[in-house]
Amino acid sequence: MAESGNPTANTPPSPTADGGDLAAEVVILGGGLAGLSMAAALATAGVPVVCIDQDSPDRQADDGFDIRTTAIAYASMKVLEGAGVWKHMVDKAGPMLDIRIADQFSPLFVHYDHTELAVDGQHRPFGWILDNKDMRRALFARVAELPGLIHLAPAKATAITRNRSGASVKLADGRVVRAKLVIGADGRKSLAREGAGIKVRRWSYDQSAIICTIHHSEPNKGIAVEHFMPNGPFAVLPMTENRCSIIWSEKRSLVQTYLDLPDDQFIEELSRRSGGYLGEITLATRREAWPLSVLLAERFIAERLALIGEAAHAIHPIAGQGLNLGLRDVAALAEVIVDAHRLGLDVGGPEVLARFQRWRRFDTVLLAAVCDGLVHLFSNNIPPIRLARDLGMGLVNRLPPVKRFFMKHAMGIVGDLPRMIRGQPL
Amino acid sequence: MTATAGTTPTTPAPASTPGANKVGASTVDPADVARFSAIAAEWWDPTGKFRPLHRLNPLRLTYIRDAVCQRLGRDPLAPSPLNGLRVVDIGCGGGLLSEPFARMGASVVGVDASEKNIKTAATHAAESGATVDYRATTAESLAASGERFDVVLAMEVIEHVADVNLFVQSCADLLAPGGVLFLATLNRTPKSFAMAIVGAEYVLRWLPRGTHNWRQFLRPSELTAAVRAHGLNMRHLTGVTYNPLTDEFKLNARDLGVNYMGWAERV
Repeated sequence: MAESGNPTANTPPSPTADGGDLAAEVVILGGGLAGLSMAAALATAGVPVVCIDQDSPDRQADDGFDIRTTAIAYASMKVLEGAGVWKHMVDKAGPMLDIRIADQFSPLFVHYDHTELAVDGQHRPFGWILDNKDMRRALFARVAELPGLIHLAPAKATAITRNRSGASVKLADGRVVRAKLVIGADGRKSLAREGAGIKVRRWSYDQSAIICTIHHSEPNKGIAVEHFMPNGPFAVLPMTENRCSIIWSEKRSLVQTYLDLPDDQFIEELSRRSGGYLGEITLATRREAWPLSVLLAERFIAERLALIGEAAHAIHPIAGQGLNLGLRDVAALAEVIVDAHRLGLDVGGPEVLARFQRWRRFDTVLLAAVCDGLVHLFSNNIPPIRLARDLGMGLVNRLPPVKRFFMKHAMGIVGDLPRMIRGQPL
Repeated sequence: MTATAGTTPTTPAPASTPGANKVGASTVDPADVARFSAIAAEWWDPTGKFRPLHRLNPLRLTYIRDAVCQRLGRDPLAPSPLNGLRVVDIGCGGGLLSEPFARMGASVVGVDASEKNIKTAATHAAESGATVDYRATTAESLAASGERFDVVLAMEVIEHVADVNLFVQSCADLLAPGGVLFLATLNRTPKSFAMAIVGAEYVLRWLPRGTHNWRQFLRPSELTAAVRAHGLNMRHLTGVTYNPLTDEFKLNARDLGVNYMGWAERV
């Protein structure tokens, strides 16, 4: 056969450089959790990719850069595993084995125990909680393993040009990155989205989330607690090393008061809300408040552009689905890109992008609406509504098939699943 | 001249290539480039007049890639699965098959009798950065020149040729030892008349009227006999069916009533 003896046969293609300018199949704006996961998924499957981030890795991996935590649902773990990232973070991730959802201090609560459901033939955690900082470090470790991924950080994108035949991103230092597709993973104030003139719908809640991480003397046993309080949900999420992550949604007008409390009084409030099962509590991080608002892009695609993560959607964190939604974007977009790339088709072509948008937008709008409904259902004290939700919770507990469906939903394994979520290679 | 950038042959063509008409000679008129660029945009618009071909393309690319990889012992999921293989795309049109095969690693010669198609395809390859050797010639001339290929593609073209026997002979001659010939065409059945002529040309207006002459369609038995007459064996045939509700083409081994394709190799 006409093997032409090309020595580069079957080595993964890499982005190419030409006098400082770069060329790849895909260029990603934003190297946050969604953006770098996207880059790792593509490079793992042999698609040359450049990821541009304005912050340097050193700064991002620093303890004080981001004190937030991330909930990784079972489905998201599968995506990270497929992208080769999970192995770098599994030791830092606290498994969620048991979810208890209660309406204020009502005796009725929904209890999801991971041993009630078998997935892939075994009992698996619903998800894992870890520090954003540890996930960033895992992503950087993966980047170092992938020659087909060029991580430009710190670097600033100043202009994006897209047309029928290709796209390019101009950097502040004058260099240009050329590609077939631009992925906007550059957050709520996405330059990629705004540059394409894609409008967003926004609405905000009269709530902010007070967040911090605590140390506790008693083991958390992998129990996650979510109490629906009149002013917003209060969540305690199990982490490693006898720590829990606190997500305390509160009326905006009261937030500053709680932030300003002396540590001992703040801990007193936490203990009262969490129910005392954790023993002695101390603060492991500072306290921060994040306003809760929702954003949904009208379209997730434009010519040679796809939006993922918070550039496309930011939802209420009530169900802990923010990054999980972003990682579902990653799984779906990586699949349509890799399918096209393997056939030598244009990865930024309209058919490829339309497939991504059909797949993702319905799911996203639905979840945003459900979370919005939950917030309004639970954040009030009107007696008939309270009775209805208590009855609803009691019913869920008594109907095993309904309960198993909700449990699978919490794990993210419901619907038309991308290959990565099903645990198959891309 | 930018229009020449993507047309450099990856393998040197033999000195005697009758009819080979390389585009990209240094005298290309800029007005020509603009004109062919506009035509290329039509060919490559997935929502435009070649929409059916774009809808069909992933399916037939997958079919051909997987069969070639299976036959020649390659991994279809590798980064450049067809690396180093010589492929000729007969009746390449705007290059909808040639470019993807080039990106899958093959050295591709795109052949079309129409000079306009060749210029269009070459212009697009230059724009997209694909490397394809486009030539305005025929399968017969190319075969006569002595060039040989690992993969010969004759997709949706045999129903347009004047002499089926001569065409199949040329395709057979173009095969290198161990090479594979892919053929796709339309069956001559009442259903294909209803769908390909009445449906596609008159009702849906997918194709200009007169694109196809139903009498020139080949039954699978006729295609099999034609390749056998030139020492080839039809190793696989499958139907390709269109579902108007999902707007998707699918392989269907049991329905060869309208579109079908398959591959043959030397006995």
